[in-house]
Amino acid sequence: MAVSTSSVITLHINGEKFTLPVDHRTTLLDALRERLDLTGTKKGCDQGQCGACTVLVDGRRTVSCLQFAIAAEGREITTIEGVADGDQLHPVQQAFLDLDGYQCGYCTPGQICSAIGMLGEHAAGWPSAATEDVRPEVGPPPLTVDEIRERMSGNLCRCAAYASIVEAVARAAETPAAPLIDAPQDTKEQAA
Amino acid sequence: MTTTTVTAAPVRAVGRGHVRVEGRDKVTGAARYAGEVPFAGLAHGWLVLSSVARGRIEEIVTAPVLEMPGVLAVLHHGNAPHVETDFVGMMGTRPDPTCAVFQHDRVPHLGWPVALVVAETSEQAREAAESLVVHYDEQPHDVEFSAEDPDARHVDGHMPAVTDKGDLEAELAASAVVVDVEYTTPEEHHNPMEPHAAMARWDEGRLELIDSNQSATWVVGDIAQLFGLDPASVHVRSEHVGGGFGSKGVRAHQVAAVMAARVLQRPVRVVLTRRQMFTLAGHRSPTIQRVRLGAEADGRLRALDHRSLSRTSTVYDFVEPSAGVARVMYDADAHHTENRVVRLDVPSPTWMRGPGEAPGSFALEAALDELAEKCGLDPIELRLRNEPDKGPVSGLPFAARNLRACFEEGARRFGWDRRDPRPGVRRDGRWLLGSGTAGASFQAGALPSTATITAEADGTFTVRIAAADIGTGARTALTLVAADALDVPTDRIRVRIGDSAFGPAGIAGGSMGTRSWSWAVTAASSELRERLVPGMEIPAQGITVRSDTTEAVAALARKERHSYGAQFVEVAVDPATGEVRVRRMLGIFAAGRIVNPLTAKGQFTGGMIWGLSMALHEEAARDAYFGGPVGADLAGYHVATHADVPHIEADWVEDVDPEDPVGIKGIGEVGIVGVAAAVANAVWHATGVRHRSLPIRPDRILTAGNGA
Repeated sequence: MAVSTSSVITLHINGEKFTLPVDHRTTLLDALRERLDLTGTKKGCDQGQCGACTVLVDGRRTVSCLQFAIAAEGREITTIEGVADGDQLHPVQQAFLDLDGYQCGYCTPGQICSAIGMLGEHAAGWPSAATEDVRPEVGPPPLTVDEIRERMSGNLCRCAAYASIVEAVARAAETPAAPLIDAPQDTKEQAA
Repeated sequence: MTTTTVTAAPVRAVGRGHVRVEGRDKVTGAARYAGEVPFAGLAHGWLVLSSVARGRIEEIVTAPVLEMPGVLAVLHHGNAPHVETDFVGMMGTRPDPTCAVFQHDRVPHLGWPVALVVAETSEQAREAAESLVVHYDEQPHDVEFSAEDPDARHVDGHMPAVTDKGDLEAELAASAVVVDVEYTTPEEHHNPMEPHAAMARWDEGRLELIDSNQSATWVVGDIAQLFGLDPASVHVRSEHVGGGFGSKGVRAHQVAAVMAARVLQRPVRVVLTRRQMFTLAGHRSPTIQRVRLGAEADGRLRALDHRSLSRTSTVYDFVEPSAGVARVMYDADAHHTENRVVRLDVPSPTWMRGPGEAPGSFALEAALDELAEKCGLDPIELRLRNEPDKGPVSGLPFAARNLRACFEEGARRFGWDRRDPRPGVRRDGRWLLGSGTAGASFQAGALPSTATITAEADGTFTVRIAAADIGTGARTALTLVAADALDVPTDRIRVRIGDSAFGPAGIAGGSMGTRSWSWAVTAASSELRERLVPGMEIPAQGITVRSDTTEAVAALARKERHSYGAQFVEVAVDPATGEVRVRRMLGIFAAGRIVNPLTAKGQFTGGMIWGLSMALHEEAARDAYFGGPVGADLAGYHVATHADVPHIEADWVEDVDPEDPVGIKGIGEVGIVGVAAAVANAVWHATGVRHRSLPIRPDRILTAGNGA
């Protein structure tokens, strides 16, 4: 029996639909970078160990190197290219820019997407290993620097801009953010 | 045409914090790195590395792989183009043969490149590469690094292997107090977040290379020599570089990409995997260091002996010059320093942030702490009593040595005067607390560079220089330097970098980048200002001047030129689990003129966190049986992450070298220097136990506790 090794899939990314054939081995990360020219999402290790490829899938942070593109069909994917509101940077982006929350910039899209997802997790009351009182009824714990450090530890920065990243995330946490996920709009057909 | 207004700019740009000029591109994902520039007809290359640590390739079974879907070629030593390695490149050395891929059948270490599989897609290339069967004639290997290795040899590298001053043994014999200790540091890896990537394309005899490197000039020169090309026909671009730390020179992936592009006559991209970086991107050699200090009872040094042993491959001599720091830091009546190397069946090491100084300062600054304990002296006082008034070994005068100011300011801000010197007497619940300090220095050098500046007809200025911004903020720093040199606001300056077409320039390395490039930009600015008369008309094509600092750099008086720093660390140690947590860090630096305080702070603290990571986390394990690295990834090789990094501060004292035309010394490396010693000294202060092997792992804390 002939086994198909590729499929035509439709991905919902940053409010747009992209229909493209993919090799079943293609990760979401490679689909973004190699097929859709969305190179803002970075490949640091391709093994889920560094966080550079973090995107938001249905609003939750996900390492896109450990997810096959075909498995992301129908999900709402937000990459760094979809975080700003037109020319208006997302508060997390603006804080990274203003407070120098990076050096080489390669881990930055992952840090920013991770921070956005993390702030949502925190607002929803999710505890972390740094949370002192984990009872659900007490609500979100104070977003201390220790909470931010713990919750952001899946994102490595070899330039070690950690101090200013934490500062940027703390500042952004004080700024109300625009809604992130828009409904998919127009469809873009990708050539085979 | 418009008229020039090179007049009004009341505010100086240098010394004021400025956000990165490319910052918006970096936070929006618009900044493209080397592996991200699209090309029509791009093919993907995947390197195949040896699975044995020593031997010969008997056969590469290419036929089945060539029949796999999408596979275009398999390059190996039987069919690859010849490259020439008998030359001395820009760095003053021959190329590491590891980059001269597929030239013979010998395998000198595990992870040696033996083939490149090229296919239409990266998935096809990867599967084919992993399917390629290679038969080896495997030979016995030796990867065990030992202080007793009889084959250890003196190697000069970039400094003499041995220096001597005075009668060391006599001074040691006459000393009231002697410290004689051995320290070890492990194999460490750079691991920039962006893996090495290159895209090569031939176009009518010209070679275009989009690459991630620390110097387009360096890559152009070496690639031209390797392939027998006129350097003018090679064009290298590296707009954004995702970290380097010494690892991004000329490496196997660029050469393999150029070969494949030539053979296939189409663009080819080769990207190293994270795992491949552990054998192809260089690393810091492990070191075994012996330090002997002899002092009077008052702490004044009579003898300073620092001997370092490092390790290199069998194909390339690279020395980790750890004993070098002892030649410039402290005075003593007699000095002996030496760097030796053993050749083993391992990958070639290379420069890694703070080469020599980072591991060397761990040994020297920890030994000084041991001496302070023996003399009953405060560790800072001990250092200040041994401040030299000229180069301790060279005898050359110092250019602005402000180490004392760093210690004094740091001690004041850290609260050092409230420190009880007794070890093992502070407790916070399950934690034992301690604090430690160490000195830091790194050489301040400059490399010849060229720059052009164009006064544009619209009143702006375009600076072109083959600088590389590997995260240092070079693009922004040069914008500020140019603005001041031309006396215009920064928004009228446009800096273009990362392009070999802009002419030769020094590397982003050795803490020399910003200083070297600023010098060239300043020189071009001066000449341009002489050409521009207020009110004159600028033609449509602008007015362009070019600078070359080769003569000026060579003419700089010989002096001991270094950046300095004082590191302060507080740690908490849990004696039950062996866990060490750094609670706060402070670094005060004397590093010349600070161009951009916003980015400089990040670079200093980034270096300090490298030091923390070196002290507590980083260690590449090499398996003696199969000869390769164990856990060659970011789960097996631990680097500090957010939760490891405490409250950290970096600041600087005024540090002016009046003879230097730009006043910059360089800040890229001095931040890491001394930190590991400060951590180890703090761990002793917390526990009363000296840790002389890095990293200070929990098991080492526990084992030392049992034995103490």
